[in-house]
Amino acid sequence: MSAVSLSNIVKRFGDYTAVHQMSLDIEEGSFVTLLGPSGCGKTTTLRMIAGLLDPSEGEIAIKGKRVNDVPIHKRNLGLVFQNYALFPHKTVADNVAFGLNYRNVGKEEARRKVAEALELVQLPDLGARYPKELSGGQQQRIALARAIVIEPDVLLLDEPLSALDANLREDMRVELKRIQQSIGVTTVFVTHDQTEALAMSDQIIVMSEGRVEQIGAPEEVYNTPATEFVAQFLGASNLLSAKCTAVEGGEIELDLPSFPRIVIPGERAPGVAGTGPVRLVIRAEKLHLHPAGSTAEGMLNVDAIVENVDYQGQSARYFLRVGDHQMQAINMIEDHPFAAGAKVALRFRAKDCAALPVETNP
Amino acid sequence: MSIEQREARQPWILLTPALTAIVLLLIVPLMFIIVYSFWLKSAAGADTPGFFLDNWQEALTDPFYRDILLNTLKIAAVTTVACALLGYPAAYFIARSKGNRLVLLVLLMLPFWISYIIRTMSWINILGVSGALNSAMIWIGVIDEPIQMLYNETTVILGLVHFLLPFMVLNIFVSLEGIDTNLEDAANSLGATRWQGFLQVTLPLSLPGLAAGGLLCFVLAAGTYITPVILGGPRDAMFANLVYEAIIRQLNWPLGSALSLMLLVVLGVLVLIYNRYLGMAQLAKGLG
Repeated sequence: MSAVSLSNIVKRFGDYTAVHQMSLDIEEGSFVTLLGPSGCGKTTTLRMIAGLLDPSEGEIAIKGKRVNDVPIHKRNLGLVFQNYALFPHKTVADNVAFGLNYRNVGKEEARRKVAEALELVQLPDLGARYPKELSGGQQQRIALARAIVIEPDVLLLDEPLSALDANLREDMRVELKRIQQSIGVTTVFVTHDQTEALAMSDQIIVMSEGRVEQIGAPEEVYNTPATEFVAQFLGASNLLSAKCTAVEGGEIELDLPSFPRIVIPGERAPGVAGTGPVRLVIRAEKLHLHPAGSTAEGMLNVDAIVENVDYQGQSARYFLRVGDHQMQAINMIEDHPFAAGAKVALRFRAKDCAALPVETNP
Repeated sequence: MSIEQREARQPWILLTPALTAIVLLLIVPLMFIIVYSFWLKSAAGADTPGFFLDNWQEALTDPFYRDILLNTLKIAAVTTVACALLGYPAAYFIARSKGNRLVLLVLLMLPFWISYIIRTMSWINILGVSGALNSAMIWIGVIDEPIQMLYNETTVILGLVHFLLPFMVLNIFVSLEGIDTNLEDAANSLGATRWQGFLQVTLPLSLPGLAAGGLLCFVLAAGTYITPVILGGPRDAMFANLVYEAIIRQLNWPLGSALSLMLLVVLGVLVLIYNRYLGMAQLAKGLG
């Protein structure tokens, strides 16, 4: 039985369809991320699970029970917002205890549960303070404590880290994952940040324009994108037009100008059915730059010219020209980065490439 | 001049026009009124300057003035409570409506385009002996003879509520608008019904607006004199009517001054008490 299951969910706002025919099963105890750019329908989906929006069509079930007609206050869900949404007129302890007031919890037990929750988010001494006296990171921890103290069936997180500054966001990411694992609550996390999604999730659901583009484990979604959108949204990818010349023995042979013949394993191109035009996907960090003229065994070698360099300290992003192709590579810097205008040798492994069928735009 | 000195001077430069207006149009006339209240009206017509306590003695000891003052405060209080009860749901509705909020706010402002006196007199056409309500009831056959519904305390309160409701709605609207709607969602997700969430979160957070609207309504209602003149009977005079009576009818400026100062002091003390217990600063605590 899945913790949350959506079947054929559609959400329309007037003439605009925010979510198209979405079906999804979320496993008990897992950490699932809805990832996509703004306007992709991820928050709408989360709000439908929460009971803040009614789906136009389809069914939502939590722990096997249909909840379409169950109002939000009876769904037993923990909800955490981007702006924390702590009650400004209540102390931290009263904020955390809020949900317990509506459950049959005695005073003494409530006090103990609040203390435990504050302990869990590592802010045991702040109970008497008011939210405005806390930093953003502390407020978000309190919001999390308030959501988990009621022992929700599902924890719903709506971009909870987006309002924090960069360093704090990374700490909170680790912290959030630790807390989620320690209590084992099924979690649905909404974000537009691919790093957060990749770092935290058991499963990522990539969405675009109200449709699910791909569902898979972080590594799967990253290494074997199912669509061009996924390839471009997650990390920096090079997408090149190529021709599939043969599908043989679980291997796929690709041909494109300025490159040697590329043979990639079939599992890296699950969508390619036969010969014809395809899209070749190479991650920017899988392209390695070396001084011109050098070659290496077991790797594909191509001549390239550095057109521009984006220096990032420990690494650099290179904008390259290979024949008529514009490409990007991200490499760690040893000694000095290559300069703009330099001729370089570009190396990559065929097994790091993936291929997608060419999308016909409707 | 250093930058610090210039910056220290800047607020005062910006405040100068407003301060000038307040001093010339409010403080100076008030001083005149205070001085006047100690003069004596003489039968000959010219007032006698000096320091006499006669006016104050009359204003403070005559039960006639005391009773009307208490009744004025009662009418103001009833009006304020009625405005709060009628205004809160309206303000909530406007604050939570998405598309047509601007239209609703314009509709709320619309009455201000018509003179307050005309708006008050419109009740005569509705409640008067030959007004809409009587005509309708006679036409239906509920009554045979028109009923006199006007010229009593209830119609005075009705007129005041009509006049003051937009002030209440606007004040509550402003504070409701500043409340993050996620707070109600959060309360609901934690198990509170919509009504419980409203009582626990939205209502306490909107109290500053309710308090400000209440104060405004109370002070304006307590100082009114047009509404009782138009909609009240001979015995429904409010305190401001006494001031009008003394100054305009009896030309007794010294007594009128003492009476108006009395109302000013009573309202001032009430505002201070209000601020002490329901004070803005107190309510704003925790709002950041």
